[in-house]
Amino acid sequence: MTVKVEITVNGESTSADVEPRLLLAHYLRDQLGLKDTNVGCDTTSCGACTVLLDGESIKSCTVLAVQADQQSVTTMEGLSTDSDNLHPVPAAFRAEHGLQCGFCTPGMVMAAVSLLEENPKPTEKQVREGLEGNLCRCTGYHNIVRAVLAASGQDPDKAEGSEPDMVAPGFSTGSGA
Amino acid sequence: MIPVGFAYERPSSVDGALALLAEHGEEASVMAGGHSLLPVMKLRLAAPELIIDISKLSELSYVKVDGDEVAIGAGTRHSTVERSDVLAAESPLLAGVARTVGDPQVRHRGTIGGSLAHADPASDLPAAVLALGGTVVLRSPRGTRSVPITEFFTGVFSTAKEPDELLVEIRVPRTGGAGWAYEKFTRRANDWAIVGVAVVDGRVGLVNMGQTPLRATATEEALAGGASIADAAALADQGTEPPEDLAGTKEYRRHLARVLTRRALTTAAGG
Repeated sequence: MTVKVEITVNGESTSADVEPRLLLAHYLRDQLGLKDTNVGCDTTSCGACTVLLDGESIKSCTVLAVQADQQSVTTMEGLSTDSDNLHPVPAAFRAEHGLQCGFCTPGMVMAAVSLLEENPKPTEKQVREGLEGNLCRCTGYHNIVRAVLAASGQDPDKAEGSEPDMVAPGFSTGSGA
Repeated sequence: MIPVGFAYERPSSVDGALALLAEHGEEASVMAGGHSLLPVMKLRLAAPELIIDISKLSELSYVKVDGDEVAIGAGTRHSTVERSDVLAAESPLLAGVARTVGDPQVRHRGTIGGSLAHADPASDLPAAVLALGGTVVLRSPRGTRSVPITEFFTGVFSTAKEPDELLVEIRVPRTGGAGWAYEKFTRRANDWAIVGVAVVDGRVGLVNMGQTPLRATATEEALAGGASIADAAALADQGTEPPEDLAGTKEYRRHLARVLTRRALTTAAGG
């Protein structure tokens, strides 16, 4: 059996006849070719597949495409108009070097967008707790947290709850810049 | 991982869901947020022939005061429960426990009714509702019945709910300003509890200490008899049959239950 779904993805109407068992992550990647959304653990743990469903972060490996019918999905592709005009969150990830291999990055960014929507000026602790559903196996959490604080308009060294003496310094290019 | 294929229905009302359950109850599974059911379907530990999707039924999503109780629609998501002003004032334990479920993405999808109906003894909310002495409301075409939470959980992943019944509401007493605490011990941030202890108003619910969530009755009776927190908490593992797995031995879980109960009782007492 197939079911017709109509899902607004990144502001554009999409539609397909899908098997009910099709996961939203696979709808985005395989039906629409939106490959920014990565599938990592496939068990609701790692958060690499995080997208926004009606503006809220969800793990698209654990939502059926049919459950997103008549709803709105935003992926990493839908955040920025182009690479020269990045959305504030990915821009902050670039500026603070909040990534190493990059596999977790789209999920981290989408989780951070949702976090900042709900809590526009989080403390460092709130950022760490707000990203507990996203794993970075390069263990680049330090700069990821800094990036989210920066995206909220705060100085990562001075945000409430930040302990600059306790943690490693911000990323340096070594250029002295 | 891909689930076994299934048929899919998305009724537009609770009555529509009940009609489908009456026709297909044994072969069907109800899916709300899907955060308990879909993972086990992906692992092919469950293969329902029909999924009845109730995730869009807004009539099942509410939190309201009703007499001496708070009534929570079974389809209310954890993120709504954790931020509910009504629950913050009337049953802060429930809001506090919901805040510890999974992670933000999970809480945006998972529902309180789904968590209770799934009946995983390692889940947080079943033990919280047990500590609160709540009630679940089950509906079928045959009628509506209320089941005390003490009679709802019958084993691992099994409940008193009949195949044609839908869990529609959870009711908990208004505990207002009574002391409460939830102690959840995990190895990593969004893990299941190795052991959890929910305390409210002198009642103690245990997570992952047996086939179902359990009340620490020996501890409760000792407290009622005037025992100190330390003495009462030392009885918290009495009558339990904790599981043994990679996360811990039975004896380790018994130790955790005693320690976490002491901590939770101390916090609930304002300590």
